[in-house]
Amino acid sequence: MANISLGAEVVMPVEQRRGYWSSVVRRFLRNPVAVGCAVVLLALILAAIFAPYLDLADPYKGSMIKRLRPLGTDGFPLGTDEQGRDMLARLIYGGRLTLYIGLVPVVLAFFIGTALGVTAGYAGGFVNTLIMRVVDIFFAFPSVLLAIAISGALGAGIINSLVSLTIVFIPPITRVAESVTSSVRALDYVDAARASGAGAFTIVRVHVLGNVLGPVFVYATSLTSVCMILAAGLSFLGIGVKPPEPEWGLMLNTLRTAIYINPMIAALPGIMIFITSLCLNLLSDGLRSAMNVKD
Amino acid sequence: MSRIDQQLDGRDRGGPAQPLILAQDLKKHFPIRSGLLNRKTATVHAVDGISFEVRKGETLGIVGESGCGKSTTARLLIGLIELDDGTIVFDGDAVGADLSLKEMRKSVQMVFQDSYASLNPRLTIEESVAFGPGVQGLSDPPKRARDLLARVGLDPDRFGQRYPHELSGGQRQRVNIARALAMSPRLVILDEAVSALDKSVEAQVLNLLADLKEEFGLTYIFISHDLNVVRFVSDRVMVMYLGEVVEVGPVEAIYARQAHPYTASLFSAMPSMDPDNRTLEPPLAGDPPNPVNPPSGCRFHTRCRFAEDICSTAKPRLDVFGSNRDHLAACHMRVPFSGHSLADVETSP
Amino acid sequence: MTSSPLLQIRDLNVRFHGERTVHAINGLNLSLGHGEMLGLLGESGSGKSVTLKTLLRLLPPKRTMIDGSIEVNGTDIMTLSGKRLSRYRGGDVSMVFQEPALALDPVYTVGEQIAETVMRHRGIGRREAMEVALDMLVKVRIPSPERRLKNYPHEMSGGMRQRAMIALALSCRPKLLLADEPTTALDATVQIQILLLLRELQKEFGMSIIFVTHDIGVAVEIADRVAVMYAGNIVEEGSIHDIIRDPRHPYTRGLLSANLHDVARGTRLEAIPGAPPALNIKPASCQFAPRCAHVMPACTSALPPFVSPGEGRRVACLLERGRELA
Repeated sequence: MANISLGAEVVMPVEQRRGYWSSVVRRFLRNPVAVGCAVVLLALILAAIFAPYLDLADPYKGSMIKRLRPLGTDGFPLGTDEQGRDMLARLIYGGRLTLYIGLVPVVLAFFIGTALGVTAGYAGGFVNTLIMRVVDIFFAFPSVLLAIAISGALGAGIINSLVSLTIVFIPPITRVAESVTSSVRALDYVDAARASGAGAFTIVRVHVLGNVLGPVFVYATSLTSVCMILAAGLSFLGIGVKPPEPEWGLMLNTLRTAIYINPMIAALPGIMIFITSLCLNLLSDGLRSAMNVKD
Repeated sequence: MSRIDQQLDGRDRGGPAQPLILAQDLKKHFPIRSGLLNRKTATVHAVDGISFEVRKGETLGIVGESGCGKSTTARLLIGLIELDDGTIVFDGDAVGADLSLKEMRKSVQMVFQDSYASLNPRLTIEESVAFGPGVQGLSDPPKRARDLLARVGLDPDRFGQRYPHELSGGQRQRVNIARALAMSPRLVILDEAVSALDKSVEAQVLNLLADLKEEFGLTYIFISHDLNVVRFVSDRVMVMYLGEVVEVGPVEAIYARQAHPYTASLFSAMPSMDPDNRTLEPPLAGDPPNPVNPPSGCRFHTRCRFAEDICSTAKPRLDVFGSNRDHLAACHMRVPFSGHSLADVETSP
Repeated sequence: MTSSPLLQIRDLNVRFHGERTVHAINGLNLSLGHGEMLGLLGESGSGKSVTLKTLLRLLPPKRTMIDGSIEVNGTDIMTLSGKRLSRYRGGDVSMVFQEPALALDPVYTVGEQIAETVMRHRGIGRREAMEVALDMLVKVRIPSPERRLKNYPHEMSGGMRQRAMIALALSCRPKLLLADEPTTALDATVQIQILLLLRELQKEFGMSIIFVTHDIGVAVEIADRVAVMYAGNIVEEGSIHDIIRDPRHPYTRGLLSANLHDVARGTRLEAIPGAPPALNIKPASCQFAPRCAHVMPACTSALPPFVSPGEGRRVACLLERGRELA
């Protein structure tokens, strides 16, 4: 008796079956700029990780004679810094610290901020007010000022930089996670899940997180470049990484005296920061459009 | 799937005469907050003291315009929003006292209007359908999901692994129906469930709903603004206006003669489907008023062409209209000696 | 009808490029006389809204391929650009949308928006334009128009906003009004008010209206003539009487029975099975054939030609051909 409805509506052709993530990858690969940026970043990260195996000069060993050699000097392809250390080695080793300080706080803030934001967004009411008002207090300060204040209070050092930058990035991520969660929570499928008797924890795990993590992740990737620049800024101000560690921000600081003698060398760390953050931003844009599934 | 029928017999506690749902004096007001201190500045009277029953095996149609509270009523029944006041008796058991909300939820499911927003875009449709049974610890949720997808006309091998955006609107609504059925409910609330579909697809889904009702012994609450569809599917119809029930009764009785002037206006606003007898006068002027500050007395008096003094001062009660004891209306004109000049002056026998 | 119609569309094809190609309009021919009220009836994806947008040249040129000719009052509108295009839009032809809340600018009052349009098109001063705006609000029967003139769109109810939208669209006295499902988002009692208003205004202004709708009941209330669209082309056209009393195309018949008017409760509906085609390739045969109960081998081999079973009627169906020969 149900023949009419049984055979119904099976004509709509859907090309081949593919999952969500494979369609994201496919869309991402179609964007040459984003792919290019991903390749550059990957190269920087690989170089930083495998720096000890790259047969580079010792980044800490200087020489009073060979100070501030220009680019292309024999044995020093990118010249030397104000203490005669090999710039190529220092930039690559510097990438280690810079990327580390740029990424780790964002990763930590991503987890903490998402947890807070999802809790606030799903629970609503008093819990939401409590979490979001506290977040707002932190949010009221400019991020640079907040980072300087916390780092200044904690003192210089890598760990303290990580802590202060993490604290700086929790509020914005919490905010984004909260707003995405609230909008997902208002959708009918969450109501349908509640109507099936599922508890809050199950609904968050199955229905909320999957739809919140994507946008928050994309937002977090856009913060990595800010974080890197902030980290470099802290080092530049002397409340981040301490010399003689190679770190791009710190190098920019110590090389600033050489700006009239050998401007190219002095600019190199800045160029590295610029390229990396530009790539991170473009990559984040690419991810954003690749993950935006609309019908 | 006769197993569900057997289950059903065991679940029918109150007997055939006991209404499946007995709603008494349901009330839901939403505060509107604004300003710096989030102070309550106004109240939306979404549902304001309504009582009705849903009988076993019937389809109760609920009609009304925007702001009449029909969707709020649905969400109250399924426990998605909390009651401010009133009681819901489910098959003889008072919800909250004899029967926990969680228990009741297993028996009441809902299909929403927006087929896209009601499916999680990150889950395949098989996962979506299997979610509820998984939560309730029913046996073999994936198999159950595949059976039901097949039953609503979607081949699980072809469609099971698809995502919502890969389906058409009609197909998605079939998935939503399958998801509701996966919980083996006794009552399914269809909240404008076919309104967003194209007419040709709507007819397919209506046929499907009729088949499923018979097969699984379901009871439906069918909320819609389309009176043609409501007439086609409903046994009884309830008309709501600004958070109140103005008329309720068997579908033939109401379609034959509307007791309440608002119901009559709704019917004359229906397209005539006759090019020689087009509508010449709009039955009502203006838009439905805002449920924030509903009018006093009979809430319809501001738009009613029969309104008199009594209508703005006294609230009419739902009362039997005509010979059919099932046909009730809340209008002073239908109450003898109510003070309205058009009211019957003879006492009913 | 006069010898030169107000609107003449010849062999219109519209194709969208993007992640996938969609052949939205496929060889559409349509003409509309002065003062005519045409209902364009179709379901989602049938191309009815695309037709309206093409008429106003609103489609993004980068992703759209349009060919065919559209003449309004003898001018080929595909050649318009710059100043002449903006004079055409709103001046000769204007549009009323489904969602007035989105189509009206939230930061200006209703009066300012109407006056602004009038000033731009007629080159008159603000004061005079405001008077025109007031006059328009009176014409669309908005109660207390002086006060409403100073209202922002969000301060009005849905039906009132749609009236304001109509006032805006008619403020420059267009010869052709395009109405894209203007009553779909409204409540039934408000919908009928708007339909009656449009009918009165059409007589008063003497303009032509193309009224796009998916609801055959709405078409009955407003249209003189109806064109039924399916998969990017018209499948049947005729007076509203013909379409209601004697539908010829199987799709039109299916639509009519799906309207559920006067269908006995509990009977099985004669639903059209299946769903509309995806239109990723250009149609080369009857697009309705896969869903049609009367499909013949010839239906799937070539596009069905138009047959005219009567004055002002045409049907694109081979069944009609057979009926004609018989």
